[in-house]
Amino acid sequence: MTKKLRIDDLLNWLSGLSIVAALYLVFVYAPTEATMGDVQRIFYFHVSSAWVGFFAFFVTLIGGIAYLRDRNRDWDTLALSSVEIGITFTAMAVITGSIWAKATWNAWWPWQQEPRLVLVSILLLLYLAYLMLRAFLEGEERKARFAAVYGIVAFVSVPFTFMSVRWWQGLHPVVFEREGMHLAPTMLATFLFCLVAFTILYFTLLLHRVRLGRLADQLIGLKERLRQGAGG
Amino acid sequence: MAFLNKTLAIVWKDVLAELRTREMLSSMLVFALLVTVIFSFSFDLRVENIAQVAPGVLWVTFAFASTLELNRSLALEMENDCLDGLILAPMDRSVIYFGKMLGNLIFISAIEALMLPIVSVVFDLNLLQPSLLLVVFLGTIGFAAVGTLLSAMAVNTRAREVMLPILLFPIILPVVVSAAKVTGGILDGVPLSELARWVQFLVAFDVIFLVVSYMTFDFVVQG
Repeated sequence: MTKKLRIDDLLNWLSGLSIVAALYLVFVYAPTEATMGDVQRIFYFHVSSAWVGFFAFFVTLIGGIAYLRDRNRDWDTLALSSVEIGITFTAMAVITGSIWAKATWNAWWPWQQEPRLVLVSILLLLYLAYLMLRAFLEGEERKARFAAVYGIVAFVSVPFTFMSVRWWQGLHPVVFEREGMHLAPTMLATFLFCLVAFTILYFTLLLHRVRLGRLADQLIGLKERLRQGAGG
Repeated sequence: MAFLNKTLAIVWKDVLAELRTREMLSSMLVFALLVTVIFSFSFDLRVENIAQVAPGVLWVTFAFASTLELNRSLALEMENDCLDGLILAPMDRSVIYFGKMLGNLIFISAIEALMLPIVSVVFDLNLLQPSLLLVVFLGTIGFAAVGTLLSAMAVNTRAREVMLPILLFPIILPVVVSAAKVTGGILDGVPLSELARWVQFLVAFDVIFLVVSYMTFDFVVQG
């Protein structure tokens, strides 16, 4: 118990400090981009959010497979928690991407120029469907089982969606046209730091959300026992 | 061999039920006609060259018609607990998946076979080309492969009619995108070799989702 609390505290502090440091790096340390100007600074948090979204949905896939294998409710709690966090970050990626697109292409929704934004918004829809499926089902066991299956099918469809959206908008086989290639070293450092900071933040949120889920499970169990005690 | 026989028994059951009632095909025919008419009216006012929007019209209608068919197919099994009967039958659960999948494939294909001539006439296009039929068939396999699995989930939810499209559409999006692209290419007279990549993409989608759905269907129908 005490050891667990320490992991908690560590993650809390680590994520808080790293996000503050990331803010400093993004707004002060990183140089202003030559053509896009200050708007480019949105890139660091935008890509980091998208990465956390992808990673969270991958964790959901793993949680789903593990749940179907050994039927431990904790895996389902993990999968659900990860989806909720993933949706939050994906929504952030879509919103920041849209703002960036407005500044760059003068359009909120760059269908043609930016297939990745379309992909991320489809991801958002996929996992909103995951949450809706759970909300419309009866019974905890069935919720967990169906959600695990949907989590698997949804994740398998992601590379297909990515490829189709990419090919559909034209022929741009290069994956890193803008990022990675012409990033100055200080920009790259800021970017990598943001990725790490957001990943730490993800694990912190996940830890808290999983604990909340387990407490909710325990509460249901206790209520059940209380009711049985009162009845019998 | 036994596997195939059992699968075909389920398919035959569905086909026979349809042949006796003709509910689905007749209602789908009317549905398809209405959708085509609505589309042609709504586009006619603005679009100069109707051939440009025909692939989109075709695949949107196919996607809608598929969800209606898939919903109905599994909803029928829920009546009088038919699905429980199927599960109790001495056979592997994957037989149920492949049986229902093939049945869905046959019915969706039948609806499309009815629709293609109608759309051809209304939009004044030649849609009955062999290459186009192949693409329609590949796309339909994709719909049926994922749709059978997801409709088995959706029938267990409240508001099941709404649930299936919500679950299905984001997943079959790559099928709709690629199939509409190839359809447009064929209508524009682009040689098939240039569209081969999209066709391979459709085949890959079909194969992978048949496997994934087959592997996970067990978990959906148990309990």
